[in-house]
Formats: sequence, C-alpha cells, structure tokens
Amino acid sequence: MFGDYSLSDLGAIFAMQGFAGLILFSVYVLMALGLAIIFGQMGVINMAHGEFMILGAYVTWMTSNGFQQYLPSLFPGYFFLAMILAFIASGALGMLVEWALIRHLYKRPLDTLLATWGLSLILQQAYRSLFGAREVGVELPEWMMGSWQATDAIQIPINGMFVMGLTVLITIVVAYLLFWSRWGRQVRAVVQNRVMAGAVGINTEKVDRYTFGLGCGIAGIAGSAFTMIGSTGPTAGQLYIVDTFLVVVFGGAASLVGTIASAFTISQAQSTMEFFLSGSMAKVLTLLAIVAILMMRPQGLFALKVRK
Amino acid sequence: MLIGHQPKDFLLAVSGLTVSFDGFKAVNDLSFYVEDNEIRVIIGPNGAGKTTVLDLICGKTKATSGSIQFRGQELTKLRENEIVQAGVGRKFQTPSVFEDLTVFENLEISFPRGRTVFGSLTFQRDATVKERVEEVAEMIFLKDRLHTYADQLSHGQKQWLEIGMLLIQDPDLLMLDEPVAGMSVSERAKTAELLNRIIKGRSVLVIEHDMKFVEDIAHKVTVLHQGQILSEGTMEHVKNDPKVIEVYLGH
Amino acid sequence: MIINSRFFNRTELIGFVALALLLFVILPLSLDIFRLNLVAKYLTYAFVGIGLVLCWGYGGILSLGQGVFFGLGGYCMAMYLKLEASSVENTKIQSTPGIPDFMDWNQLTQLPFFWKPFHSFPITLIAIMLVPGIFAFIIGAAMFKRRVGGVYFAIITQAIAAIMTILIVGQQGYTGGINGITDLRTLHGWDIRTDHAKFILYFVEVVLLFACIIAAQFIRLTKLGRILVAMREQEDRVRFSGYSVANFKIFAFCAAAIFAAIGGAMFTLEVGFMSPSFVGIVPSIEMVIYTAVGGRMSIFGAVWGSLLVNFAKTSLSESFPQLWLFGLGALFIAVVLAFPNGLSGIWQDYVQPHIDRLLASRKSKPGNGFPVTDGAPAE
Repeated sequence: MFGDYSLSDLGAIFAMQGFAGLILFSVYVLMALGLAIIFGQMGVINMAHGEFMILGAYVTWMTSNGFQQYLPSLFPGYFFLAMILAFIASGALGMLVEWALIRHLYKRPLDTLLATWGLSLILQQAYRSLFGAREVGVELPEWMMGSWQATDAIQIPINGMFVMGLTVLITIVVAYLLFWSRWGRQVRAVVQNRVMAGAVGINTEKVDRYTFGLGCGIAGIAGSAFTMIGSTGPTAGQLYIVDTFLVVVFGGAASLVGTIASAFTISQAQSTMEFFLSGSMAKVLTLLAIVAILMMRPQGLFALKVRK
Repeated sequence: MLIGHQPKDFLLAVSGLTVSFDGFKAVNDLSFYVEDNEIRVIIGPNGAGKTTVLDLICGKTKATSGSIQFRGQELTKLRENEIVQAGVGRKFQTPSVFEDLTVFENLEISFPRGRTVFGSLTFQRDATVKERVEEVAEMIFLKDRLHTYADQLSHGQKQWLEIGMLLIQDPDLLMLDEPVAGMSVSERAKTAELLNRIIKGRSVLVIEHDMKFVEDIAHKVTVLHQGQILSEGTMEHVKNDPKVIEVYLGH
Repeated sequence: MIINSRFFNRTELIGFVALALLLFVILPLSLDIFRLNLVAKYLTYAFVGIGLVLCWGYGGILSLGQGVFFGLGGYCMAMYLKLEASSVENTKIQSTPGIPDFMDWNQLTQLPFFWKPFHSFPITLIAIMLVPGIFAFIIGAAMFKRRVGGVYFAIITQAIAAIMTILIVGQQGYTGGINGITDLRTLHGWDIRTDHAKFILYFVEVVLLFACIIAAQFIRLTKLGRILVAMREQEDRVRFSGYSVANFKIFAFCAAAIFAAIGGAMFTLEVGFMSPSFVGIVPSIEMVIYTAVGGRMSIFGAVWGSLLVNFAKTSLSESFPQLWLFGLGALFIAVVLAFPNGLSGIWQDYVQPHIDRLLASRKSKPGNGFPVTDGAPAE
C-alpha cells in the first residue's frame, strides 16, 4: 500500500496524519480527563459525560453569537470568555446532577450507568428542543484560521495548534489540582478511605460534589475546544462516549498519566490507519485491538480503586 | 492416603512459602506441617500474615515462591474451586453467606455434588441431600430456621451457617479465620462446643485471638510474626517462649 | 420440602395464566392485524428481556451488548430470506443475477463464503442459535476467566456493540450496510408479507416466547439458578464452595445471547427486514431498560416491560415525538432511583398484599384449590 507514494510524500503524510491524530488526541484527553476524575476517583460511570461536553459547545456557540451581535470589536477574544462560561455551566449542571441523582447511587455503579444514560437522553432532547436538531458551527476569529506552512508538503492548521496548547494547559492545571492542592489531597483521602476521611473532618459530601462538578466542568471546556475543530449537534456527545470510556479504562482508570498515554496511543493508531483504510475499518480495528488487549491484560490496566 | 513428599505423611506441608506485595514480604520463607486429625492454631499480632497464609493455601492469593503440598498434591498450581474439590475448606473472617437464599439453600449449594454447570442443571434435591442438610442444620443450631432467608439471621448465626456450609463440604482440612470474633459470650460457648464436635476426623487450621478459646482447642500452636514463624509447639511451650512473650503476649 | 417444589408458585401461576390469556386470546381478538404485528414486534424484545433477567437480574452480569446477539439472530434469518428472495429469476436485471441486490450494487460478482450455508433452512435455524451462542462463549470465556466483571464488562460489551454496528455499516457489500437487509419476501416458499402470514407468525412467536419463559423458569429453579443468585452476592464464597464461577457466568451470558438471538430472528420475520439500527449501543441499552422497567428479577416482568415501554414509545412518538426521549430518560432514572425491581417489584409490594388479604378472608383453607402444574424439576 506504500507503493504509490514517494518517500518524502510518505513522510509528509505521516507527519500530517500524525498531526490530525494529535488533534484527536487533544479531544480525547480533554474528554477523558473529566471522565478519569469522575470514574477513577469516584467510581461513578457517567454516561452523560458527552452531553456535558456538548453543553460547553453550545455555550461557546451562544457566546460567539452574542459577541458578534453586541461586541464585534472584542470578537477575536470571545473564546476565552466562552471557555470560562462553558466550565461554569457544565460544572454547575454537574453539581446539580450529583446532588439530585448520583449521590443516591454511590454503592451501585451499574445503576449509575443506567441512570446517567437516562440523563443523557433527557439532555439530548433538551438540546434538540432548545437549539434545533441541526448541527451548529462556531465562527472562528480570524487569527485562528489559516495554517502554518511548516515545509512545502506539510501544513498545520492554527486552530489545531490552539486546541493542543489548551489541552496541555488544562492537563497541567488538573494535575496540579489533584496532586498538589488541598482539595486534591481531600479527594484522594476520600477515595482511599471514606469513613476515615469523614472522621478526620473532611466533608465527604462536599468533596464528592465538587469532584463531580470539576469533572463535568472540564468536559464543558472540552466541548468548547471541540467547536474550534468541528460542528456541534444534540447527539454529538454520544459519538464519543464509548471511545472515551475505552481511553480511560485502557489507561488504568485512576492514573492520569495512563489516561494520557492511552489517549495518545489510540488516537495515533486510529488516524494513521485512517489514511490507508476506510475510516470505519480503522475505527473497528482500533476498537478491536483495545478490547483484545483489555481481555488479555485486565489486571495490569485495571489499577482502579473502587469505592467499597 | 497418597504418598507424600515429606518423610512423614503430612496432610499439609507448607515449605519455603513467600509472597510479596510490591516488595513487601507479607509471608517470608514460611514452612510448617499439619498432620492428620491435628488442630493447629495460628496466632500472632496484627499484620503478622495469618490471614495471608490461609489465602495462600486456599488459592485466593498466589504465592511468589514456595510450595504447598496437600496429600501430595501441589496446591499453588490449582484454581480456588479445584483446591476446594481437593478437600480444603475455608471460612472467612466476616461471615460470607448468601443472604438472598434460605438456610437450606445455602447449605445445599455447599453439598459436594453437581458442581459443574451441567451437574447443577440436573441436580436433584433427593433424600440424601435433605437428610444431610437437616443433619448439618441441627449441628449448627439452625434446624428450625431452615427456610429463613440468611439476611434474617444474627451475626453469630451467620457465622454458624458458614461453618455449616464448610461442614457439608466434608473437607479433610478445615481453615477457620477468627470463628468466634464478634460473638456474644453464650454464642462463643456454643461455637466452641460446635467446633469441638466437628473437628473429629479432620485437620483444622484456626486463626484466633481469643486465648482462652485457643487453649481449649489447640493441639499445637504456631506463632507468626512479620511473615515468619516465631515459635511453634504446644500452648504451654509457646506461652513460655521469651520471644513470644516479648512481641505478643507480653504487652 | 415446600420451597421450590412447584414449577410455578401461586403468584407466578397467576402471572403465567394472565399472560397466556392476554397474548393468546385477548390481543388477537381485539387488535387488527397491523396492531397485532406491532405487538409481535414488541414481543421480540421480551426474548432479550428474559435472557437479561437470568444474566443481569440473577447473575448480576450487566451486558450492554445484547443488541449484538439480537442482530446476529436477526441477520442469520435475514440472510436466508434474502437468498430466497434473490433467485436468478427475481434478479435477472442485475449484472450478476442470483446474488442479493445490494451485493450487485457494490460490484460483488459472487456470493461471499459465509453467506453460502444460509441457502439451507435447517442450517439457518441452527446458525440462529449457534452463531450468537459461540460468539457469547468467546467473549464470556475471555472476560470471565480473567475475572473481568461489573462495569468493565458492561463497557466492553458496549464497545463490542459499537464495533459490530460500524462493521455492518462499513461492509455494505457483505451486509447491506446502513439500510440493512431489506425486501424479504418468502420463508421456504411461504409469503411472509400477507396478513394471514403475519397472524400465523404472531402465534408462532408467542408459542416460542412461552417456550423460552418455561426454559428460563426451569433454569431459575435448578440449583444453577440459585448459584447465579449466590454468585451475584458473594462470588468468593461460591468459588470456595467448589464451583468455577467463570463457567456459570459464561453459561448465563450464552443463554441470554441465545434468547436474544431467537428474538432477533423473529423480529426479522415479523418486520420483514433487519438493519444495524437494532444492533448498536442505543438499542442494546434500551433492551436493558425494558427489562429494568418490567423488573430485573422477574421473567414475566421482562415480557410486560417490553410490551408496555414499546407501546408507550409508539404512542408517544406518534403524537409527541419530543416528549418520548424525555419520557424514556425519566423512566430510566425513576426505575433506577425509586423502583429497582420495576413493575414486578411494585406489584409485589403494593398490589400482591391486597390480593393475598382478599383471598385469605374469602378462604378458610389456604393453599387449596389452585391447580398446580406438576413435574417440578427441583424436587
């Protein structure tokens, strides 16, 4: 299958596919980070995670429209405000959901899965009723359009680079929060021993609520970033949820580094294969490989502490 | 009796047994031998590796190195259910019974017949099964509660039920992890009586903290400390061993 | 022994008779053929539900990939029907006559090897059960032998459902793609599209359904059924009672797969086509909710759940399409939060006590006068 391409062509193809893979990687990481916090730290299966992401995307879309209409002069910078709003909206909804739904189901992980699936259906329909069934696209500010000509054969889109930069930044913030902040210590204490954490004065309910809220808020930012590279529809979140769960599980649910490594492996494998096979076969092969590896090595990859 | 690897035909021969969790050796080069019809009690301070030893014998934890010979059969290579079928029964520290099933059904599941998928589909609740279940139920003081769901039982009754479930398996080696923990005084006395009755004709390996209880039943005592044997012998011998007094009985 | 000595206890017997009356007498007499065919379509999900009761309700193994097995059964049947509909005579306008139309459109010139056995009706019938059974066995053996369970099993089965859909859609030359296998006409020369045929097929399906109910009840009442319950609660205790837990899980999963496949095959016959939209993540999880609504511990509940939820789906989405998803979502949440045992749990907690009281006040001799089916397997 390489016969038709010259060596330098192949190099350029791999470089550009590699970059396409990096964008996919960024989306996976952003989505998986939130999920890894919720699933890895709390043991909760949040099937509505994709819908929290889409909420962020819609918030970004509305902000962009608002700026265009009322503050066209500030339009080039709307994205930064939109991201903050997306984080707040998804995070607040997440905390509400934790209070109304999730906290009753901590001992029944399979049931959280079903209940949050129900929630995802409701959210999807709500988006459809509010924003219409058609996909909406965000208009990018000028500085984000175009691409950077690395060599004659290699072009790298600027919005892609922006999303990647954003991913790196958010990953660092999350790692800081989880491993160096007081809140992170509390979360890890609650995961390891709920009763003891309560006994030493940690408000476990509050920690749960903020953890869930943070996970959902990060999903909102992921959705916001998502609008930079694709359009948004009511059911777009569902397309990613299974992939993202596989990313988290494959990486070892409690490990941040594992999540990032597995997001990298999966996205690169998929986008490289995509060039030579049809998109659907690339996806099938990637998913099959993950499932096969998970079947062979569950113990190594499943380093997870589930709430008992 | 099959031919054992040891000079004497021990029922259970543990030799050089080691298990390490992330470098921490919970059990370190442990060797001990249990004879037929012997009651062996393992004592030791918290974290000495007592429960881990039982976990290793019954296959719940895989050994890093060493061997466990049971009637000449190597147990470290078998799966849990095969170890049970070889004749080793295990009672857990916290009572683990099937709460959504009745006492009768709990005991019936442990009856050693029809343990394959097909066997359990064609299993018949015939007179032998019923007689045996009722016989055991009587021994464990639950004869009149046969059709009670196990979640209705008291803590002590659940412990008895689990002992009954082991009894019906009729194992050659019975392993009990703190059988009287959490029991009331009267339940404790009844349990001692029960154990004294059921240990006939088999070997028993018991972990227990209650010294009075240990003295009552033990033929031989093994004291574990930091995954290794500190002292072994009769209760009298162990009690007077200065090493034991220092780490365990002394404080 | 008193317990489990009868095939159905009194409540179950009432449930059995009520369901039989409804499906064999009331519905066929009161509904036109269009509605009856709809009921038949709903009931195909009841097969899946019965399997899920065994596997999920009893065994505690939640599979989010039952659509795969439903689809495999359905596709096996559809392949047979499609081959029959693609005789050389029917397809003479194609560039390659004698192969299904979608293959011709995709420039295939001969029948792929895995389609060839489906020329034979007996082989098709065997394949409907065997293909999903073997597939479930492979998945089950790989996962349960390595002690993968709980949420991991659920997520992996869901991934398998996703893979299956993408594969079917992507390989349209072999599978008919997103449209599925359509334009099915005859079964062994008998036209399945007529009203009369639909009427007959309804009864065939109901008879099969009752056969599956009885099979599931049989499994439930054997020691295997009790081991499933035991396993759900204390897996280690079952293991240390001398059982290979993995083998029992594999059995439950395979049984559920085969029940689902029978439902899928009947679906193809009732509806006249099969497509990937009944295979993927969404239909698979909907099948779980039918079971949850009916009651995950109740075989009859699974049937009622499939009927009622689908009935609600049809009537709501006919008149208020937006409301349906809200309703379905709310139903998921309500069942999980408030009624974990579904309709059958509500019945047992709120309705049954009243009936018992009524019966007790009328009768002086309790437990008498109720016909009881004989031949209890557990006795």
